[in-house]
Amino acid sequence: MSTPFLALSRAILRGFLRDRSAVFFALVFPLMFLVLFGGLFADQSVGKVDMIVVGDVSLIDDQPEGADATFDATFDVTRSDDLADAIDQVRKGDADVAVEQQGDTVVAHYTQTDPARAGITAGALQALVDGTNLAVTGEPPTYALETRSVEDESLDAIQYYTPGLLGWAVAMSAAFGAAATLQGWRQSKLLRRLQLAPVSTRTVVGARVSVTVAVAIVQLAIFVGIGALFFDLTLSGAWWMSVPLIVVGTLCFMSIGLLAGAITKTQEGATNAANFMVLPMAFLSGSFFPLEGAPQWLRSVANVLPLKHLNDGMLDVMVRGEPWTAGLVPMGFLAVFAIVVTLVAARLFRWETA
Amino acid sequence: MSAAIEVVDLTMTYGDLRAVDGVSLSVAEGEFVGILGPNGAGKTTLLEMIEGLRRPVAGSATVLGLPAWPRNPALLPRIGVQLQASSFFDRLTAREQIHTFAALYGVSARRADEWLERVGLTEKADSRVEDLSGGQAQRLSIACALVHDPEVVFLDEPTAALDPQARRNLWELLSGLNDSGRTVVLTTHYMDEAEALCDRVAIMDHGQVLVVDTPAALVQGLDAPTRITLADGEVISTREPAAEIARLAGEGRLDHLQVQTGTLEDVFLSLTGREYRA
Repeated sequence: MSTPFLALSRAILRGFLRDRSAVFFALVFPLMFLVLFGGLFADQSVGKVDMIVVGDVSLIDDQPEGADATFDATFDVTRSDDLADAIDQVRKGDADVAVEQQGDTVVAHYTQTDPARAGITAGALQALVDGTNLAVTGEPPTYALETRSVEDESLDAIQYYTPGLLGWAVAMSAAFGAAATLQGWRQSKLLRRLQLAPVSTRTVVGARVSVTVAVAIVQLAIFVGIGALFFDLTLSGAWWMSVPLIVVGTLCFMSIGLLAGAITKTQEGATNAANFMVLPMAFLSGSFFPLEGAPQWLRSVANVLPLKHLNDGMLDVMVRGEPWTAGLVPMGFLAVFAIVVTLVAARLFRWETA
Repeated sequence: MSAAIEVVDLTMTYGDLRAVDGVSLSVAEGEFVGILGPNGAGKTTLLEMIEGLRRPVAGSATVLGLPAWPRNPALLPRIGVQLQASSFFDRLTAREQIHTFAALYGVSARRADEWLERVGLTEKADSRVEDLSGGQAQRLSIACALVHDPEVVFLDEPTAALDPQARRNLWELLSGLNDSGRTVVLTTHYMDEAEALCDRVAIMDHGQVLVVDTPAALVQGLDAPTRITLADGEVISTREPAAEIARLAGEGRLDHLQVQTGTLEDVFLSLTGREYRA
């Protein structure tokens, strides 16, 4: 004999695990995006420039000690004697630049197809020419440049996408779960039936919420696990704060699901309404792409969306290395949002579907 | 015997529609009472007010001496309900279903399994509710309503949407429910069902209870003629059936003869002036 709370939780969990489409959309579907984005944008930094050196190019061949290290880091060099063939390769995109030397002039044939690579090529070759010119004069350089890398704002793809896609996954399963449960249980009169059993509303709601929260934590574990195992995801110090953030986020999106369930008349209508609210929100909240380039008005809209705050909070604590306190403001926003939407849903809820 | 259910002047309105209109009804302990009426007569609304699911606009319902509204946690373990729809948890097997309901009432899994056996579903215990036939689902639903051995049971159209064979099978189960002194209230729109199962029948139409009595008394009070149908299809309507049958026997015309006294349908017709259509 188990307690009403445990029995209800088990019944709800079994119902979820046996619902293939629910499991697919809660776990598999978002993971597909993670794998897709993680693989697609894994090598977002510009790789080495493929250079074909045609004939003898003394500028490159006779580089002073030390300078060739920088050169090797930038270029992948192959040799050729056929200028026409080399230029053809550049045109086809098989190489980025073909270099020949005519007297004291170095001629670089390059393609503008990838502006970033073209810029790097031109800049690096110019620097090489300038540096060599300076070395030839025998004068010491007046200025020196030293570069230092800081933990920069622009994160690696996987660092950015794991928290964002996770936020979307949690939002989806919480909203759909609540919407479908409210509608389905109302229609089968199971809600009425439970009302006539000696269990409190608190027990019923508590069981439903516990199952969704547990699913969200499993989502978190799977996302972080796959990100770390296959895509070099590195969590920063206060990552554990993502757990309470996910919990409050789940409550918030369950309230949105309740609202969707309350304003619709069928189970399909409820999941459609939940989808209608969550999917655009995912785009506007940076789950699929960063919003830095978005116009100001769009970012203002995003700032009232709960998913934006969930994503921001998750990014801060999971990968940006912010202290745990960075999660507090998003949690507060999500909690207030959850309370307000739940109250609205409760007011709009009708027992009868007619 | 004290009253298990006492309903006084119970009323429910939806806008202008008086779904239940001043109904009074008293059900004794251990009694099997049927609420009979066509669809839309207000049976379900009446039952839901007695169960405490709806707040009446006027009047009162008392179950086992306690007011039905507002929801009273002390009363709930003493009543069992089967609602019109099959109120099951999605994708659970029959056994998981009844175990869940048993746990809500603090009843052991063993006793839940006994109920599964009693309604003849032991073989179907591991089937999901979605895969049960209509009759099996109703049996499970009734078992879930009875798993905590309640003193009063409410069954809302337990045989609706069943084929005649499944309906008859269910009657056997239903007829024994009040054997141990349990009070049963059932709604139905089948005349024969009310006649076969119920100690007393309340006939309902347009939100009002027209009459409450035993099926036999209702038919007797009707003073309707007896109909004798002969093999050749001729129908004789008579108030002295004994004499008529004696005459037919003399003529050697008793083969395939059918004798029909008044039915609850005739009662409905005489009360409302129209044919009964479920």
